[in-house]
Amino acid sequence: MKKHVVVIGGGVAGLEVAGQLSHSGIEVSLIEKESKTGGHLNNWYKLFPDRRKSSEVKEYLDRLSQNQGISLLTNTTIEGFHRNRNKFLITTNKGKELNADAVIVATGFDLFKSARKEEYGYGIYDNVITSADLEEKFRREEIVLVNGSVPETIGIIHCVGSRDEKVGNFYCSKLCCVTAVKQAIEIREQLPESKVFCFYMDMRMGGAFYEELYREAQEKWGVNFIRGKVSEASETIDDKLTIKVEDTLAGRPLKMKLDMLVLMAGMEMSDGGKKIAGIGGLRTGENRFFAATDNHTSSNKSNIEGVFYAGTCTAPMNITETISHARSAVLEVIDFLKDGKS
Amino acid sequence: MVSHKMNNFGFKISQGRQIDYDSNDRRIANYIYEREPSFRLCIECGGCSATCTTGNHTKFSLRELHILIKRGENKSVRQDLKKCMLCGKCTMVCPRGVNTRNVVILAKQAFQKSDEYAI
Amino acid sequence: MKLEGKKAIWSEYQKEIADDKFFYVRSCIRQNFFPGSEVAFLRIMRDVLKKDVYEHPCHTTCSGIGYHGDVVPVETAMTVVARQFALMTEAGYSNYIPSCITSFGLYTEILDTWHHFPEVEEKVRKQLKKATGREFEKPKNLAHASDVIYKFRKEIAAKAKYKLINKNTGEPLKVVDHIGCHYAKMFPSKGVGGAEYPYVLAGMIEEWGGQIIDYPERRHCCGFGFRQYLVQANRGFSVACSKEKFESMKPFKPDMIITNCPGCPMFLDRWQYVINEMEGKRYGQNGEGIPVFTYEEVAGLVLGYDPWDLGLQMHQTDCEPVLDKIGIEYSPEDKYNLEVIPSHTKNHNLINV
Repeated sequence: MKKHVVVIGGGVAGLEVAGQLSHSGIEVSLIEKESKTGGHLNNWYKLFPDRRKSSEVKEYLDRLSQNQGISLLTNTTIEGFHRNRNKFLITTNKGKELNADAVIVATGFDLFKSARKEEYGYGIYDNVITSADLEEKFRREEIVLVNGSVPETIGIIHCVGSRDEKVGNFYCSKLCCVTAVKQAIEIREQLPESKVFCFYMDMRMGGAFYEELYREAQEKWGVNFIRGKVSEASETIDDKLTIKVEDTLAGRPLKMKLDMLVLMAGMEMSDGGKKIAGIGGLRTGENRFFAATDNHTSSNKSNIEGVFYAGTCTAPMNITETISHARSAVLEVIDFLKDGKS
Repeated sequence: MVSHKMNNFGFKISQGRQIDYDSNDRRIANYIYEREPSFRLCIECGGCSATCTTGNHTKFSLRELHILIKRGENKSVRQDLKKCMLCGKCTMVCPRGVNTRNVVILAKQAFQKSDEYAI
Repeated sequence: MKLEGKKAIWSEYQKEIADDKFFYVRSCIRQNFFPGSEVAFLRIMRDVLKKDVYEHPCHTTCSGIGYHGDVVPVETAMTVVARQFALMTEAGYSNYIPSCITSFGLYTEILDTWHHFPEVEEKVRKQLKKATGREFEKPKNLAHASDVIYKFRKEIAAKAKYKLINKNTGEPLKVVDHIGCHYAKMFPSKGVGGAEYPYVLAGMIEEWGGQIIDYPERRHCCGFGFRQYLVQANRGFSVACSKEKFESMKPFKPDMIITNCPGCPMFLDRWQYVINEMEGKRYGQNGEGIPVFTYEEVAGLVLGYDPWDLGLQMHQTDCEPVLDKIGIEYSPEDKYNLEVIPSHTKNHNLINV
């Protein structure tokens, strides 16, 4: 009899997992809380490091997961999660009951709610936006201020909601620095007259071709990098934003006016994932993401036999790593389903 | 009505020490960028200052000069530039490949040409 | 600017403020600078709001001024504070309201320290017992006096004779609210509205008809501190702090400034004179300065108390422009009238009281 696996979450990890499992002859129920799959990938315009279109990756994932062995349940959330001997009983919000031989949790991440960093004025000052908001502007090819005019000076603040004791996130979200550099280049591309300033604590370019992108941003696009944490943003009488930052490398405080401020919002454990952790008895780490049983050798395994993790629900990671992580989750599941042990 | 007597209160109002980015004059920096594009690559890692012959013996930091030029804080830079021996150790060390020696030469040139800052 | 964003933040920082039976402690210096303010507070609380506010005759400074001026060590400050609490306990009260913001900051800091380090609290109890024979209980509720006025701002608005509206144009007055640093910067959760966008004074202004001005140096300290100010040669630094605020708020054309700390209005009021003398600059419109008020003075004005009873003649920067804008009736001849009329015998012509 065919084995049945429930995959919770239809983002990058969930789609990869579902597609690969189905190709291996396993029946899959893919549960997605939104009305369509893709998760955050739907919001990104172009992906680092090569700035290729996110739609290409989405197309690949769609092709992979268009399989008769996958039953896709959209607008569906999990209300019940019980282990019954060696099977799992999953109940959805629509009252559907699913019996699974194994479960893969791929609930992903939520972007940090930037309004929590009150000093940056997100949701209060007109032209303070997040990196996600900026992607939307790239998509529409319309980088404009609230009053419709084109911004001339744009500031990008790194580490919003990450590496920050005040909001309870000690960890680094890993991808915001390279996103900032990518977005800085994209702004300069679309608005050749603009001046872009990145305010960083560190430049974390830990991925293939990331440092080269940073170099390109400086050399080819003239993006300015100022090392220092922006302490506050305020609105001036002429509707610009004025920021205060310590120019640490000059050893003096610096102030400047900007037309627009982009906040690099960090990644947090998703609300959906937190709920599953609660009802399923799954352990989370100090960073509130799911805790795998071993950091090095079994980063897909949860504390419950038969329940596995794939993707950013365990830690911030980029799309390349998410897909790799998803594939390793599939391997773990196949192994598990062979002899009922993991 | 402005009072004509200047009361001596026993203190002077402290001046701000912020770098006022918007008001600063970055023509020196632009002069250098145009003629030595590798100047853009500087990440102020300080490798140059660490090895600097002059900096080891007198108050001179090429890293600091780079950043002050970039910000347009020209007054602080003008005198210090004279101290560079042009030995080239900094260029050897730079991980980004900035032609630091040329940056110093161009900066001196720029100051010479600029009326305000003629050395 | 979207006000909804600020309202969302304000709704997150809610604070417990007691309802009645307050133990009030005075500020060391406020009565010199703004003599009418604390009296106005007591009058408003007792006569208008009919609350029980008790002042113990033996209460002293909290010694915060010495603690922040580096002359009083923290253990001494704690023992002095413990004595204040003992007086409160003896009088049978448990809701503590200091008049001074620095006091409030010090009390909050000490209570927080005792919460995390109970052994320090024990030690202070012993010290107090040894030095004075007194014992104390910690207050059940600690709030600043401005929190209390904030809490009853609607009641005050209901009984108000005037609104913070320019009677000639019909526009709300533009008000800059300046919060003392020690109110919320150390413990944002202990301030109404948090540290970034405090609401304690903004709420009063909104309720009383005015319009709050947000300007870039909103958060900047006025420079009072204690340490630098006590030494004459350092005062230039303090003036520079206030000057930064003035330069920043000037384009927004504020009509007045409201504050809740003893030191802040003193600085913001007096330094305008000093800056004018030293640099010839003024920050109001028409070559005037920007009048600075304490929140008690503003509460008193809207309720209809006589400005000279509130002590406004002691302000360095003339308050008359604002009084005229609001349309408050006052007699200019009586401003420096030295004939002492005990004002508690005067008929204040307050309405609805």
